[in-house]
Amino acid sequence: MAKIIVVTSGKGGVGKTTSSAAIGTGLALRGHKTVIVDFDIGLRNLDLIMGCERRVVYDFVNVINNEANLKQAMIRDKRLDNLYILPASQTRDKDALNKEGVERVLNELSDEFDFIICDSPAGIESGAMMALYFADEAIVVTNPEVSSVRDSDRILGMLSSKSRRAEQGLPGIKEHLLLTRYNPERVVKGEMLSVEDVNDILAIKLLGVIPESQAVLNASNSGQPVILDTESDAGQAYLDTVARLIGEDVPFRFLSVEKKGLFKRIFGG
Amino acid sequence: MSDHSFELKGSLFPLSVLYCQDFSVAALQAQLQQKLAQAPGFFHQAPVVINVENAKQIPDFIAIKQLFVELQLVLVGVCGANAELKKVAQQAGLAALQLSKNNGKTPEAAAKPVAEPAPIAPAAAVVTAVVENKLIEQNIRSGQQIYVKGADLIIKGTVGAGAEVIADGNIHIYGSLRGKAIAGAGGDSSKKIYCYNMQAELISIAGNYWLSESLQGEFWGKSACISLQDGQLVLAELF
Repeated sequence: MAKIIVVTSGKGGVGKTTSSAAIGTGLALRGHKTVIVDFDIGLRNLDLIMGCERRVVYDFVNVINNEANLKQAMIRDKRLDNLYILPASQTRDKDALNKEGVERVLNELSDEFDFIICDSPAGIESGAMMALYFADEAIVVTNPEVSSVRDSDRILGMLSSKSRRAEQGLPGIKEHLLLTRYNPERVVKGEMLSVEDVNDILAIKLLGVIPESQAVLNASNSGQPVILDTESDAGQAYLDTVARLIGEDVPFRFLSVEKKGLFKRIFGG
Repeated sequence: MSDHSFELKGSLFPLSVLYCQDFSVAALQAQLQQKLAQAPGFFHQAPVVINVENAKQIPDFIAIKQLFVELQLVLVGVCGANAELKKVAQQAGLAALQLSKNNGKTPEAAAKPVAEPAPIAPAAAVVTAVVENKLIEQNIRSGQQIYVKGADLIIKGTVGAGAEVIADGNIHIYGSLRGKAIAGAGGDSSKKIYCYNMQAELISIAGNYWLSESLQGEFWGKSACISLQDGQLVLAELF
């Protein structure tokens, strides 16, 4: 049985797809057979970030409508042979998903994989509900600013009331907080909420803190999940995050302002 | 998503249960009228179940039903009925409800072993209003709304910004209050709001409200007790 993890946030543009790609890739790097499912029907992005947009033939909606089988729709990653993605449809909208179809596809994937990462669309409408409904765990991606925190709080409410686990009275979804675009310098200046502030408001377990980094944009543009850029701070932070997700105890890094060395001060960093 | 426009779901409701031995219409009428006179309005159109466990005769359910209509009560059904009574009740269009094991004992049955009292006088007809306070042991997130009718609301957790907690009774929050809290929603101005960390968007007691702007000051971010005195909201220390 695979563990189903939804990556969600409520608010758009906080880094759900970037995090789905990085965490999915990270789990595969650790030897777990992983599939990342793009639930953002109509705004297909995951395949771009994963760098396989030219290889999309069939998609998630085709599988749900029995127009293709999973084997035809899933794309195996070129870098890691235990990593697959199931792309979203670009031409349909989010109403193309239905609960029965999603359940059937997830059950089928569940037999074969260790982890199923569901990349949720933004918002709280049917598409996002569909992505979180069957989840065992949830990674709530939040930026350190008030509107993102508020939306995450809303999604946490949905997780505890609208999911399958909630409806069937099973133990609740395990909730993790992933703080992205964290900039310690701006936190010190009071321009951004601190880890403590966000933790205080949302009161769920902190899974990771990803620093704001140029590496993320570079990685997205080149179709390379940022976790593979092991030199970058963001890549290392995602590696730590994945380690915590599979139960390892790793200290948090990149939380405080980095002291600039002599060379950096002279040449700029 | 499944279709929510038509659903049949089980739910639990507080219901008043009438314990009685003499089910003659005249006796019932006298005792009920006496009870209702004590609190007119409280039982107005209240749904009632009658416990027929200790019935001495087979009650005339149709006449009792008529009596309830006259007294502006809603007779829902019977409980504690044996097979024979169940049949009669069902023929009169009443629901035969199952007694749960823990409240299966009527006040009389519980009292019996102590002493066999002399003729059970007016006190025999006890209308027990089952009012259960609501306890929630988790955080109330943005967008969630909790309403408790006719009772207190106790929350072991935080009420997030954009969440609303409403009760006809008092509200106790063992965490931060960042959303809205409305106590005494039914108009009872004696109700209070207690919280461990007050950063509310709105606080209201019996329709008198304050927005967060008016709440800034001494008690912001601290524990507080909010009550209504002479039509004015008052903030005070919790300890």
